[in-house]
Amino acid sequence: MLLIHCPYCEEDRSELEFRWAGEAHIARPENIAAISDEEFAEFFFLRNNEKGLTYERWRHIHGCGRFFNAARDTISDRFLMTYKAGLPKQPVPVAEEFAAIAEEKSVETWEQTEGDAR
Amino acid sequence: MAELGSHIATRSLPLSGVHGGSSMVRLEPAAPASRISLRVRAEDVPALSSALGVDLPVKPKTSAYANGRTALWLGPDEWLVIDEGESGLMTAAANSGVLHSATDVSHRNTAILVSGPGAAAAINAGCSQDLSLDVFPVGACSRTLFGKVEIVLLRTAEDAFRVEVWRSFSDYAFGLLSEGARDAAL
Ligand SMILES: [Zn+2]
Repeated sequence: MLLIHCPYCEEDRSELEFRWAGEAHIARPENIAAISDEEFAEFFFLRNNEKGLTYERWRHIHGCGRFFNAARDTISDRFLMTYKAGLPKQPVPVAEEFAAIAEEKSVETWEQTEGDAR
Repeated sequence: MAELGSHIATRSLPLSGVHGGSSMVRLEPAAPASRISLRVRAEDVPALSSALGVDLPVKPKTSAYANGRTALWLGPDEWLVIDEGESGLMTAAANSGVLHSATDVSHRNTAILVSGPGAAAAINAGCSQDLSLDVFPVGACSRTLFGKVEIVLLRTAEDAFRVEVWRSFSDYAFGLLSEGARDAAL
């Protein structure tokens, strides 16, 4: 079972208390009525689906109820860091990055066969 | 026309009459209580605290007790306030004079009292939180999961907990606690 650090509860909790809430740091257009259909599709539907380091929103739905941001490695499922909603994208601490790389060497993965969704 | 008076329905509690436990754990339904679900912005916490007569805790996983009322921190702007008596929690909150959201959830929740030397073990049968005394001391509280249902857990003594659960889930919670109580006595 994964332990996830909630930045509001200031504690590691079981993954069972959390729910994934999609890619993080997607800015809503300033004037959404003015953008083209293509720009809307880009904003609304298309996601990067990164292999490796990804920034996601998570919600501590069965705890404090808060949404927050997490940097996660999609290969090893390791959470590299979490931080409060509303903060800009945070750099991953170097020590966490090295740990993730070391872990990836021992994790068997499918080769990436699909290109960038965009 | 129907005759009222002696024919008024009597209130029945979701867990009335049940009992359970083991040689290590005692399980009993808690007495009826008044409860509100309260949302308040940080700057208005002092006003609500004085209106309710209990200081809303602002530290995660903590609770406060005063004047028969317990305030449990659920989130950065969310509390569950429990009054063991027939309280005027809603009126008191309304008299705070500041912006807030209070919902009477007295009948949405019921509570199970879990006590005895195996109390923590019985709860851990369905709850992944660390209930050791240094991590979850007396007075600590948390919204969390117990098996498949959401609960609010409050430690009332070293070997006693209050499990707040939605009334329609209370049979499930009591059943799983009974299993946990038996396992704790093995
Ligand atoms: Zn939390």
